[in-house]
Amino acid sequence: MKRSPRIVFFLLSVAGFAGVYLWGLTGLPAVGHYRGPYGDVLNQVATYERHVTDVVTAVNFDYRGFDTLGEEFILFMSVVGGTVLLRRQREEDKSEHRDQNLSDKSPERQAPEPSDATRVLTLALVGPLVVFGLYIVAHGQLTPGGGFQGGVVLATAPLLVYLAGDLKKFKQITSHTLVEIGEALGAFGYLAIGLAGLILGGAYLRNVAALGTTGTITSGGTIALIDLATGLEVAAGFVLLLYAFLEQTLEIRLRGGK
Amino acid sequence: MSALAPLPVVIPLSAAAILSALNKFLSRRWADALAILATIATGLICGELLLQARTQPVIHWFGGWTPRAGVALGISFVIDPMGAGAAVFTSLLVLAALVFSLHYFQTVGTLFHVLMLGFLGAMCGFTLTGDLFNLFVFFELMSASAFALCGYKVEEPESMQGALNFAITNTVGAFLVLSGIGLLYGRTGALNMAQIGRTLGGNLDGLVITAFVFIMAGFFIKAAVIPFHFWLADAHAVAPTPVCVLFSGIMVELGIYAVLRVYWTIFDGPFAAHRWEIRGLLLALGSITAVVGAVMCFGQRHIKRLLAFSTISHVGLLTIGFGLLKASALAGVALYVVGHGMVKAALFLVAGLLLHRFSSVDELELHGRARELRATSVVFFAAALGLASMPGFATFRGESAMIDAAGEIGQGWVRAIFFFSGLLTAAAVLRVWGRVFRGMGKGEGAETAGDKKIKEDRETSQPSHGIPAAMFLPAAVLVLLAIATGLTPGLKRAARTAATVMQDRAGYQARVLEHAWVPVTPAEEEHTPMGKGVVWSLATTAAALGLAFLSLSRYWPAKHALVRPVALTVRGLRSIHSGHIGDYVAFLTFGVAAFGVVLAALVHLH
Amino acid sequence: MSFFPYVVAVWLFVIGLYGIVTSRNFVHLVICLAVLQSSTYVLLLSIGYRVGGTAPVFAGVRVGTPAVDPVVQALMLTDIVVEATVVALLLALALQLQKHTNTLDPDKLKALEG
Repeated sequence: MKRSPRIVFFLLSVAGFAGVYLWGLTGLPAVGHYRGPYGDVLNQVATYERHVTDVVTAVNFDYRGFDTLGEEFILFMSVVGGTVLLRRQREEDKSEHRDQNLSDKSPERQAPEPSDATRVLTLALVGPLVVFGLYIVAHGQLTPGGGFQGGVVLATAPLLVYLAGDLKKFKQITSHTLVEIGEALGAFGYLAIGLAGLILGGAYLRNVAALGTTGTITSGGTIALIDLATGLEVAAGFVLLLYAFLEQTLEIRLRGGK
Repeated sequence: MSALAPLPVVIPLSAAAILSALNKFLSRRWADALAILATIATGLICGELLLQARTQPVIHWFGGWTPRAGVALGISFVIDPMGAGAAVFTSLLVLAALVFSLHYFQTVGTLFHVLMLGFLGAMCGFTLTGDLFNLFVFFELMSASAFALCGYKVEEPESMQGALNFAITNTVGAFLVLSGIGLLYGRTGALNMAQIGRTLGGNLDGLVITAFVFIMAGFFIKAAVIPFHFWLADAHAVAPTPVCVLFSGIMVELGIYAVLRVYWTIFDGPFAAHRWEIRGLLLALGSITAVVGAVMCFGQRHIKRLLAFSTISHVGLLTIGFGLLKASALAGVALYVVGHGMVKAALFLVAGLLLHRFSSVDELELHGRARELRATSVVFFAAALGLASMPGFATFRGESAMIDAAGEIGQGWVRAIFFFSGLLTAAAVLRVWGRVFRGMGKGEGAETAGDKKIKEDRETSQPSHGIPAAMFLPAAVLVLLAIATGLTPGLKRAARTAATVMQDRAGYQARVLEHAWVPVTPAEEEHTPMGKGVVWSLATTAAALGLAFLSLSRYWPAKHALVRPVALTVRGLRSIHSGHIGDYVAFLTFGVAAFGVVLAALVHLH
Repeated sequence: MSFFPYVVAVWLFVIGLYGIVTSRNFVHLVICLAVLQSSTYVLLLSIGYRVGGTAPVFAGVRVGTPAVDPVVQALMLTDIVVEATVVALLLALALQLQKHTNTLDPDKLKALEG
């Protein structure tokens, strides 16, 4: 379709769509008057049953842990998919001067060097960022946080290295085989913890580890363990993704594209 | 609780994780072996679950969170015969695809296998779950693997465009589904399908209608029902062969499965008084889909795209089967899915074989080149007959069940739709057979509505001079199975039992929420006369053969005055399929809006 | 005011769709898709909100104080991960498209007609 008829056709349709949607929404209770049983029941029992104070994490990794397993594997498959989609192709492999071109000095293709201030600040932040990430991962069952959130924070640490202009170091860190293995380990770890629940407790993902005291870092039983596995998987996964994107972006830049 | 229930998901995903860790260390042989082993194991476990489900559906509460006072705290797998059967079938097709890709298919380390196993695990979880949000999660897992597999051939820009069209439309669909789920959660405070169904009861209002429209539309996008179907042809044209096998064979059909599952557990209560409207809407949608798909199919010269449009047409037939809202029709749907999946997979596998051998999937370019491939020719021909629902194939059983059910409620006119769809799609495939395997008709320069020549890159390493057994066997076995399931006694009855279980909302809720023991009652023996159905199917097959040979002969009236308006309509239809994502999403929006407005109007006028 | 968040959810969905239909650049289109996805966040969180409710984190807070719904928040976390991963895959496809055809404009791609 040409552009104008398409837009007219769309605007008419979307008016109908919005109408239907709004009409349906009027059937909901007013915002702020949550009624349903699910959340209230969990708020009442989660702390007592699982010794955790962050009910959202308990829901994520225990009550609805199977969903989170699926979600973790969505991330896993997307990272694998991204690696497959951004893979080096035959012609690219043949170019022998690839790595040398990383520090290509020709002015049109070179990104501006970061200033000294940027470099110092970003490198200084790497350490605290890693610690912070680990903190969020480990305290998932106590305060808002958890494997996913902490994992993403951890994954941005190598990115700071890239921002500091140290491309070689960034590539070294992110293309290491350990990152791939770490990601697979995290994913498999989640599955394995679930299996332990199946073997020891009769149901998949049953919380069979010692529950500990509420409020301590070792509380929650398998919730804490799954947290760690997820943090590992997410961090490694995003690092792999960053690496794959960087490789291809460099490739485009080398060819003189935008 | 059965310990086997989580395994159809856990085994493929574990294998995927292990293969990914060993990406740089494992040889191709080991990767193939591990992937195939995992798939066989999954299939066997699903088979065992199917046997268990035939007495009483298997229920597994994850984390051990059984419901308290009717409030489900955790996620459940509710494995009834229909779901387990779908999971077994999925494993079978994934196995066929993996065997086909043995040795020659260009893989990226172990990552192709990882994606395929993730796809398998997701589809198994999708069919077995009893929780609405869990359904969404597995839907997205299925999609993530599918998007990457679709864009697998990164060296072709059309691949990127096709995969983008696929990914964007399906993601919009997924978020429509999520919006619908949100609406239902806001009303019922539950995510478990049984609990939602119970809480909704029989009250129908704007919210339930909107949730219904959104969820159905989202899944119809996956199922490629008109007007949500545009992505399918693009995706099939660019995806590698083993992936096309899975897309057409099972992934698209799972969209229909989800619609069935959600309708029968949740929406049949509120809509019970309005079945007539739902029926009308679905029959209309299905008929349009079947007709448009068939017409578009006949005009293609890209073999994979041709097969993709025939899938769309057959999904239309499945929608009609669903729309009849009867257990016997639902049994027909199940049988048809199995039969169609097998023959369609076989057809795609042969197309992949042709691509491997001759580096082309262009019907005209392949003219007469496959004359020496005798065995392959037989397989392709037989599969084409299966598309026409010739008696002896499982497709015939499914089709006759659906048509009989339609006749019982006065909708016998759907027979004409089935005839039209079978005629054109089978004729198209038979025409390909005649041209490619027999050298009939003309090669380059033949009249087909203004196409450019198709260029398709190889997906396998060096062309061979024979036919690799690994590529030929899956196709042959699938066709044989399609015939076997078409002739095995008792299968129709088993399908009806499964259908009755799926439609039993009260029983479902009792089993899930109260742990009640509600055993499955087998359906009674049926003694409907087969005569009329057999005659019609044979007529369809004969007509398809006739049309195919007519289109190959020099008597094909491509420029005749009578044929002009038909040709113009077809050209108009083809111009709508522009490949432009903006068009696709505009039609998508129109479809959802129209569906919603029409349904709301129908319900209020009742 | 108690219906307004729902209107925002509808608006986000609509404007996301509009962006996708009229887009001339695939990267822009992917971001519009992300906007569409955020409509579901607003919808879910509005459903779970309770006036005067605290966060469902009971560190130092007595169990039993009215809190908002933790389930929608968990759903949202899943939703965000799904969005991030889909965006990643789509951007990878767009990147490869740019590399091969030197364009990201849907209007200029004619390969899949008919």
